[in-house]
Amino acid sequence: MKIEGKVFKYGSNVDTDVIIPARYLNTSDAKELASHCMEDIDATFAQKVEPGDLIVAEDNFGCGSSREHAPLAIKTAGVSCVIAASFARIFYRNSINIGLPILESPEAVKGIKNGDVVSVDFSQGVITNETTGEKFNSEPFPPFIQEMVAKDGLINYLKEEVLG
Amino acid sequence: MSMTMSQKILAAHAGLAEVRPGQLIMANLDLVLGNDITAPVAINEFAKFGLSEVFDKAKIALVPDHFTPNKDIKAAQQCKQMREFAYSKGIENYFEIGEMGIEHALLPEQGLVNAGDLIIGADSHTCTYGALGAFSTGVGSSDMAGAMATGKAWFKVPSALKFHLTGSLSPWVSGKDLILHIIGLIGVDGALYKSMEFVGEGVASLNIDDRFTVCNMAIEAGAKNGIFGVDEIALAYLKEHHQGSPKIYEADSDAHYDAIYEIDLSQIRPTVAFPHLPSNTRTIDEVGEIEVDQVVIGSCTNGRISDLRVAAKILKGRRVNRKVRTIIFPATQRIYLQAMEEGLLRTFVEAGAIVSTPTCGPCLGGHMGILAEGERAVATTNRNFVGRMGHPKSEVYLASPAVAAASALTGRISNPEKVEEL
Ligand code: SF4
Repeated sequence: MKIEGKVFKYGSNVDTDVIIPARYLNTSDAKELASHCMEDIDATFAQKVEPGDLIVAEDNFGCGSSREHAPLAIKTAGVSCVIAASFARIFYRNSINIGLPILESPEAVKGIKNGDVVSVDFSQGVITNETTGEKFNSEPFPPFIQEMVAKDGLINYLKEEVLG
Repeated sequence: MSMTMSQKILAAHAGLAEVRPGQLIMANLDLVLGNDITAPVAINEFAKFGLSEVFDKAKIALVPDHFTPNKDIKAAQQCKQMREFAYSKGIENYFEIGEMGIEHALLPEQGLVNAGDLIIGADSHTCTYGALGAFSTGVGSSDMAGAMATGKAWFKVPSALKFHLTGSLSPWVSGKDLILHIIGLIGVDGALYKSMEFVGEGVASLNIDDRFTVCNMAIEAGAKNGIFGVDEIALAYLKEHHQGSPKIYEADSDAHYDAIYEIDLSQIRPTVAFPHLPSNTRTIDEVGEIEVDQVVIGSCTNGRISDLRVAAKILKGRRVNRKVRTIIFPATQRIYLQAMEEGLLRTFVEAGAIVSTPTCGPCLGGHMGILAEGERAVATTNRNFVGRMGHPKSEVYLASPAVAAASALTGRISNPEKVEEL
């Protein structure tokens, strides 16, 4: 699986309240959540983001009270991948489980600026900054996580692969 | 390759000879837990599988503890959904309120946790069971749904921090002070993704309740799990509660740890975490004058029998300060009964405290002791985030049962070592 898009870059400790403010959690409608995605840190994100774009951030992305609403809002907004120096633990799980690809690579985070165009080859774990030509490695997803992401999340994956 | 305790448990449940940090694995689970907040979401996800049965009726535990006895109509609806699911699927470990308790105190007590088990729960404090040498961790609702359907969950194999304990705790100092000290030392993300493994000759001086408290708060350092080596004390607890034979995993002598902390238990002081982070700790000698409106003793962190005994020792024959609302909630029905038989409940009531039925209640600002604007509580719970026990402008100070009980007497955060002077 390969993706390519433009980068929205953020700093450290982007918490779930910033990703999807708690005042919008009275709905679990993914489209509505997506329309408020990143609102408190980047008011125009939801209008500017295009399908395939990436979020790149520093340490501890997704910290705080990690509900599945947060990765769901990001995914539904059209983001194809989040690359961060590190992720908060339950956000990491929830992202994979709902089929949002995420990669950890402190080097890539250093080498990517806001607005750069970046591509990711998930099977190789290679992140390419198409704007500068620089390449970065991250641990490739093992086949079952790749499949989980391709199948749009844990439930579908388990349904097909484990239960048959 | 050499492995830590946690890695060995994961490898065994994934059917692998070895695993390494960062590796993603699919593993078989021994127990899947949910409560009245998280289970309803998972039950809706479970429906997407179109299965009529769960993977194993004996390996799912559903505990209505957060907003029970039903706090309001919304809570009642959630509990109803969970109860109907439990009965229709024949879930063996569903605990109605007469049998219940706070999930993380209840499951070990009911013999649902064994050494060497792999357990997930849709609740972040699932890490508590590491006290018995199990690998247990909190997850989200899709995970719980998937696990109820398949008995499996995926894991990213964690690296680990080693806490080598020596010496023994001073009187009035407990496991709570130890874990608050550690979180103060390494920070709220000091153990992010990692296991916290507690070993060394000092472990023998910690009773099992202290160990539950320490593992309970591993998540407050960002850890994936906390785990103790299994010794006679853990085995004695398991023998009393669990039918099966324990599986003991020890770390290889050359296992890699990202860091090793040497902790002399005799140096630990009674410790308090100030608002609004569990890492914002000070020793009792540094707290200064902090007046409090409420004292809460209980929760999955400190609602066990030895916690209640310590509180009773301090409150016995004394009266709590008239300005302090003192709320004590034993963590399970069995603990409640034991406290009654030992006369602890009488001590509490005579001292002017109230005793609640087992519930999460005030711990998450649910019910049974919500704080108003500007109020302060000393609580034996595990989180002191903004608004955790009520109004966003209220404050929670985390402490041990001994500090909490001493504070109830004086109306300000107080040192239990000076209880004779109180
Ligand atoms: S007592 Fe508090 S921390 Fe423990 S399970 Fe209940 S709400 Fe969570």
